[in-house]
Amino acid sequence: MKRRSLMKATALIMSMGVASGAAFAQDDEKVVIGVSIPSATHGFMGGLNWHAQDTINRLGEQYPNIEFVLSTAGDAAKQVNDIEDMMATRNIDGLVVLPFESEPLTAPVAAVKDAGKFVTVVDRGLSQEGIEDLYVAGDNTAFGRVAGEYFRDNLEAGSKVVVLRGIPTTLDNERVEAFQAALEGSEVEILDMQHGNWNRDDAFTVMQDYLSKYPEIDAVWAADDDMAIGVLEAISAAGRDEEMWVIGGAGMKEIVQRIMDGDPQLPVNVTYPPALISSAIEMTALNFVSNAPMTGRFIIGSQLITPENAENFFYPDSPF
Amino acid sequence: MKKPDLHLLGPLVALIALVVLGALLNSAFLAPANITNVLARSAFIGIIAVGMTFVITAGGLDLSVGSMAAFLAGITIIAMNAALPEIGENWGTILIGMGVAILGGIIAGLVNGLLITQARIEPFIVTLGTMGIFRSLVTWLADGGTLSLEYGLRTLYRPVYYGGIGWITWPIIVFAIIAVLGEWTMRHSRFGRHVEAIGSNDRVARYSAIDVNRVKLLTYLLLGLLVGLATVLYVPRLGSASGSTGVLWELEAIAAVIIGGTALKGGRGRVWGTVIGVLILSLIDNILNLADLVSPYLNGAIQGVIIVLAVVLQREKRAADER
Repeated sequence: MKRRSLMKATALIMSMGVASGAAFAQDDEKVVIGVSIPSATHGFMGGLNWHAQDTINRLGEQYPNIEFVLSTAGDAAKQVNDIEDMMATRNIDGLVVLPFESEPLTAPVAAVKDAGKFVTVVDRGLSQEGIEDLYVAGDNTAFGRVAGEYFRDNLEAGSKVVVLRGIPTTLDNERVEAFQAALEGSEVEILDMQHGNWNRDDAFTVMQDYLSKYPEIDAVWAADDDMAIGVLEAISAAGRDEEMWVIGGAGMKEIVQRIMDGDPQLPVNVTYPPALISSAIEMTALNFVSNAPMTGRFIIGSQLITPENAENFFYPDSPF
Repeated sequence: MKKPDLHLLGPLVALIALVVLGALLNSAFLAPANITNVLARSAFIGIIAVGMTFVITAGGLDLSVGSMAAFLAGITIIAMNAALPEIGENWGTILIGMGVAILGGIIAGLVNGLLITQARIEPFIVTLGTMGIFRSLVTWLADGGTLSLEYGLRTLYRPVYYGGIGWITWPIIVFAIIAVLGEWTMRHSRFGRHVEAIGSNDRVARYSAIDVNRVKLLTYLLLGLLVGLATVLYVPRLGSASGSTGVLWELEAIAAVIIGGTALKGGRGRVWGTVIGVLILSLIDNILNLADLVSPYLNGAIQGVIIVLAVVLQREKRAADER
């Protein structure tokens, strides 16, 4: 459904481009770029989907000779089918893919590369090195480290911290290990680490149980803004708002808004921008329309959002 | 005289064992705050599971309830936000939201029920289809993100989840009332007996002049209504709905019903057993969070073992009874 409406949109933009005159006479050759991403199953992916659409619409207007095919998949098997369809029926020249899982997607993406296409892999690497032309990703280690350093520098010795983890994945492990490494040697104690699965309801439940279990908690690393919302609700229901602050992650607009307003419960946030898909699509497009070299690895750092700089990270139109 | 319902005590024994275990592992377990948390958390699944007991007892199944709850939460929030400028920040707006949730639930249940009884499609297939439909609709309504209730309305609506009489919050009270009404309906009303009759043998029920389609349709309607009611209590908790709301609630509700001693093939319904099943499921989660017994990676495995054990205990005792 999504794909069809998008094709319509691109077709419309195309016809507008044609109607607006012969300014693009040099566009004899059409380039098709396929974009394959997981569907919007939680806040972060919702934001990523929004940024992908937004970028495609913008680039479609800017470069009328580039056509985009967007598909979203709910699981790895469907994503493999999508990519095969793109190769077979749309004859793509370039592929931007955020693999649902690394293992199952490695062979199909390698096949695209072998067919001589330009391949951009986003965020989750493939299980075999050297397939992609361009790798664009967030920095999970920095995501954990930046948060850990904030805890280390802003908590007194002997402070107690609880952690909510995401869905058990290597990505989550990297973040948590970096967080623990940053706290090493400090006097800050991690009381507990349970999985909140990047889900508001699960995080709410886990936090309620933390609050029953531990009479003293000084700070919470919720590691994700969806989880932070559930955590804040549980804390406020227990009436312990004054006791602890919460650090989420990824830069959800509601949370960034509260940081801008100087909420003492949410002092800072760590970015893991869903807009990284925009960087990937844009760079792939540039590969076809410019001479700028676009191969290699592009790692987007995780930054600390503070009340002073929060404005730069606030996207009121995005759903995330 | 035969031993009275000995096999039915299985789930109750499991529940008591879990409570004792929890109390031994952590003194915070029996604190009123923790009991309130666990009971209030159980209320959503519990209210839905009571309705599910009727559907399963009549030989049906509904896989769509989790997605339905997410969808109803979505349209409730949209309706309240839309009514806000007209009606203002008062209980009128919230009553409209509650009305949308309940009415939406009844309509959704009606759609499921009509497809099953009139179009004669297997319940598994119908509700598998509507499960996908409701889930996609809420993701689409939220534009892939999250639907959030306006801040002022949230503050007003919040006590419906967090408030109550002393430490007994409203979700607990509503859950208790629904459980008692459900138990009475199953045991003592004509509707309840018809449901059991249809589940044991729907041809015999038909020959006994029971309007089988009407009763089946009513079970789905009732379930839809209860999903609506659960949504009314769910929305004030976080004030938001998204594509990840209510994921796997259908399986938790079905598991609770089966743990409680209702037969998956229909014909025998135990509403009080369902209530115990729901409490067992929430207690496992709670105890695993309170005590560092195992690696959190294994939480799912522990749950699985306890669910299977609870049912195995019943099975053996039932077989012994029939001998």
